[in-house]
Amino acid sequence: MNMLRSQRARTVLTLGLLSGAFILFIGAVGMIAAFQEREVVDDVFSLGQLLLVLAPFATGYIASDRLRESEAEAQVMIIGGVAVGLLTALPTVILLLFNSAEYRFLLDLTLKLVPFVVATIYAVRLHRIGSDQRLIIGSWLAIVVLVGIVTFSFALIFEIKGDLRTVLPNISRDWVDVVTFDHRNELMTGIFTLLLVSAGAGAAGSIMVLAPPIPRKALLYGLGVTLIVGAFGETVRLILQENVDRDTLKLIFRRDTLRQNPALLLFIVSTISGFLWAKFGQQARLGFSNLEPSRRRAVNGVGMLVFAGIMLMLPWLIGRTLSDVAVTIGIFVLMGLGLNIAIGLAGLLDLGYVTNYAVGAYILAVLTSIGPLGRLDGVFTFWMVIPVALLAAMCAGFVFAVPVLRMRGDYLAIATLGFGEIIGKLAISDWLKPLIGGAQGVQAIPKPIFLGIELKNPEELYYIVLVASLVTLFVSIRLNNSRTGRQWMAIREDEDVATAMGIDTSRAKLLAFTLSAATGGVAGAIFAAKVGTVFPNSFTVFISINVLSLIIVGGIASNPGIVVGAVVLIGLPELLREFSDFRFLMYGALLVIMMIKRPQGFVPSKLVSHEIRTGVKAKMAAAD
Amino acid sequence: MQPMFKWKTDDFSWVDFTIDVLRVIIVLGVVIGAWNTLSSGRISFAQWVNLFAAGLSQGSIYALIALGYTLVYGILLMINFAHGEVFMAGAFSTVFLAEALNRTGFLNAQPLLAILLMIAFAGLVSMSVAILLERIAYRPLRGSPRLVPLITAIGAAFFLQYTFRGLYGSGFKAYPGVHALQGAIEIGGISIPVVQVFVFCAALFLMLCLYWLVERTRIGKAMRAVSENKEVARLMGIDIDWVIMFTFGVGGFLAGSAGVINGLFRPQGVNFYMGFIPGIKAFTAAVLGGIGNIPGAMLGGLFLGVIEAIGPNLVLAGLGIPGANQLKDVIAFTMLVLVLIFRPQGILGERLSETKA
Repeated sequence: MNMLRSQRARTVLTLGLLSGAFILFIGAVGMIAAFQEREVVDDVFSLGQLLLVLAPFATGYIASDRLRESEAEAQVMIIGGVAVGLLTALPTVILLLFNSAEYRFLLDLTLKLVPFVVATIYAVRLHRIGSDQRLIIGSWLAIVVLVGIVTFSFALIFEIKGDLRTVLPNISRDWVDVVTFDHRNELMTGIFTLLLVSAGAGAAGSIMVLAPPIPRKALLYGLGVTLIVGAFGETVRLILQENVDRDTLKLIFRRDTLRQNPALLLFIVSTISGFLWAKFGQQARLGFSNLEPSRRRAVNGVGMLVFAGIMLMLPWLIGRTLSDVAVTIGIFVLMGLGLNIAIGLAGLLDLGYVTNYAVGAYILAVLTSIGPLGRLDGVFTFWMVIPVALLAAMCAGFVFAVPVLRMRGDYLAIATLGFGEIIGKLAISDWLKPLIGGAQGVQAIPKPIFLGIELKNPEELYYIVLVASLVTLFVSIRLNNSRTGRQWMAIREDEDVATAMGIDTSRAKLLAFTLSAATGGVAGAIFAAKVGTVFPNSFTVFISINVLSLIIVGGIASNPGIVVGAVVLIGLPELLREFSDFRFLMYGALLVIMMIKRPQGFVPSKLVSHEIRTGVKAKMAAAD
Repeated sequence: MQPMFKWKTDDFSWVDFTIDVLRVIIVLGVVIGAWNTLSSGRISFAQWVNLFAAGLSQGSIYALIALGYTLVYGILLMINFAHGEVFMAGAFSTVFLAEALNRTGFLNAQPLLAILLMIAFAGLVSMSVAILLERIAYRPLRGSPRLVPLITAIGAAFFLQYTFRGLYGSGFKAYPGVHALQGAIEIGGISIPVVQVFVFCAALFLMLCLYWLVERTRIGKAMRAVSENKEVARLMGIDIDWVIMFTFGVGGFLAGSAGVINGLFRPQGVNFYMGFIPGIKAFTAAVLGGIGNIPGAMLGGLFLGVIEAIGPNLVLAGLGIPGANQLKDVIAFTMLVLVLIFRPQGILGERLSETKA
């Protein structure tokens, strides 16, 4: 019984402190304050506050779920949820106290005590496992000195600087406002509110676990839909703008935020529909699978047709601003599909993909520009240059691929990264300035003209991206099932074995690099035509990382995964502008989390997930 | 040297041929560029010596960072791509300490003590970052295929960059000047800035400490044992996890102290992105010296620093390329690619056990 209790306590403590650290972290890097700008429901709550509530809610849910596994009673689960909520708020509360003028002494005191506390805890642990006395005293002293240096330095910094904010700019008034729910001046009230809200959210999480499944699903669905619509209020408004008249729009939105009554209505409607789905969804699915094959195919076909229709009509459904986002997403889909040939199919981790993108963009820029750097006076049009850009990128891909053919995987990654950096530095250098304009880049790139119509708006450019993506998709699907595709797969699995099987690895690898470069070149050319100017700052290592992230998150070697990855990773920061400051924070975290938890991606390719599973099994067998 | 033209033999490979052509082109370019510069006499002997000295100082900083790559690679066979960010963590955090010390006047009253405190602080901050990194991101992936930890490390690098950007802000900061390190030493008509001498000596001292740690202490022996064979080391009663953590910690400490030393050498330009390029360059240095090889990393760092200082002036200017000093990084990255192509085992050779390489 006692062991069970301590195990439960540990679950609650770990989860609570983890989510507490999360809240503290996103506060300290400025996410909470930045998201405060975006209200989810008018005058009710904002995205920043939503995060503060969502974290204890989710953790409370998870904690209660774990507690239920250990057959805890209802009240234990609710107590657990409350405890998780309080723990979630705890680190933030401590930082609030440290940050305030009256309780500053706590910070000084903590910094003085921490070395001794840490050292003593460690010494006690050493004592428990029966280390000898000299080791215990020695490590106690060493830890006191080492941790002491750090805390002493921090104390000195804060002493001289006077304020936490001078060092940590995001522990700002805005942050204090959000976490105290606008009780900046009555700190204790604010802290109390925070603790209360957090504990309440944690308890609500546990109650969710206790609720019967159908209402729970309905409620979660309703909440989810409402919050997502609210958070993406601007996007939703932009879409509605195209299809609904102004007065109705005004009833629903105040500028970009959802008004209260529509939000309530949306919540009710989506909860009811969620309820209906939870209740009858199973039957509907069963009914569908019981249909005759021909009928089922017909239903599927209609679905596909509707989807294709939506994709075709998309720019006219979503308006100009969102079409622009769609074009950006499309460019990244294109690059994702291209890089996937190297990374996903052939297993070559190319970190210099931006090279091809830059080559395509610069070729288009220099050949078609009507500005001072385009010396050809617009003789070439967009359509004539696209194949040139494609070929040029292929050549670049080929040239950069030859030297790295013999390298092993990790060195290849770093070498391609080096190529990317070299290209970036050359583009910005004075040496090539007469040709490609140095830091100012190339301006005045004309828009493509199709059948006499200038495709100057994103709505029209969308179709170019769509066609290019479809072509690439087709090619990459065909490649995947071709002889070459199988060769790549063999190389990905084991290069030595592939060679032994008689595969010309040099040729196959070169082909992978060149084909993947071609797509990058086209993407670059479309990008150049879209933006109208090309300058070196658009071509940094971040582009490569962007593309890599969307492949990894979507699913290596999975075409639908890449599309999903691009929509989420590129679309999200464009739609939630507050987010874009944190996009690389998110990408970095996602790469780490995906590699640890879900290396096959969110929409995995069947083959790869099979391989990973068997691979893990083989690894475990080898470890035994 | 392999024969350059092999097409009459059966094992002709045009890849080898292309690489050989590349080799010849590079050698020719270097020789012609150097010849042009030297015969034009644009740069005097004293200037060459100055460039060389600056290169050595910069190189000793690369060497300190490179040691972190080498130590980790020697044990785990993974490229800790986020190591440059570990360097940044220490350097960026310590700016605030340096400013505080400067404002109290301690920095100029007791420069040596102040710098020691800064180095210790930066080292410990970087060490904590490195240890956390290992614990959270790398430990769960031990034993997975090589590219998996590499992708994780790339993710961790960007995560760390943007974490510190969020924590400390995105603006540029600068280390305060230390009066004791200003001025120059005159040796036979050539004056070398004191700070360069100091940087070189400090880095050398730290490297000697590391060498002593690895070669002469118990934990160093454990590190070498783990890098030789983890399973056998475990059977000998060595706590592998602890040794790996310690290795990351030592590498982190060196990177952090390199951050402070770098701050004394080049006070400007401290921000969240400051670790990325030096990180890649230090990796180049590590490969250059033979990854996994501790003296190799030191040598590789110094070598890269000198090449980077002299290369643009000697070769690029000689080839008539304008703004050659802008292309300093290009020289370093070209070095990286060339080393990876032509001599991936480095100058001194990788020091890895046979089963791993």
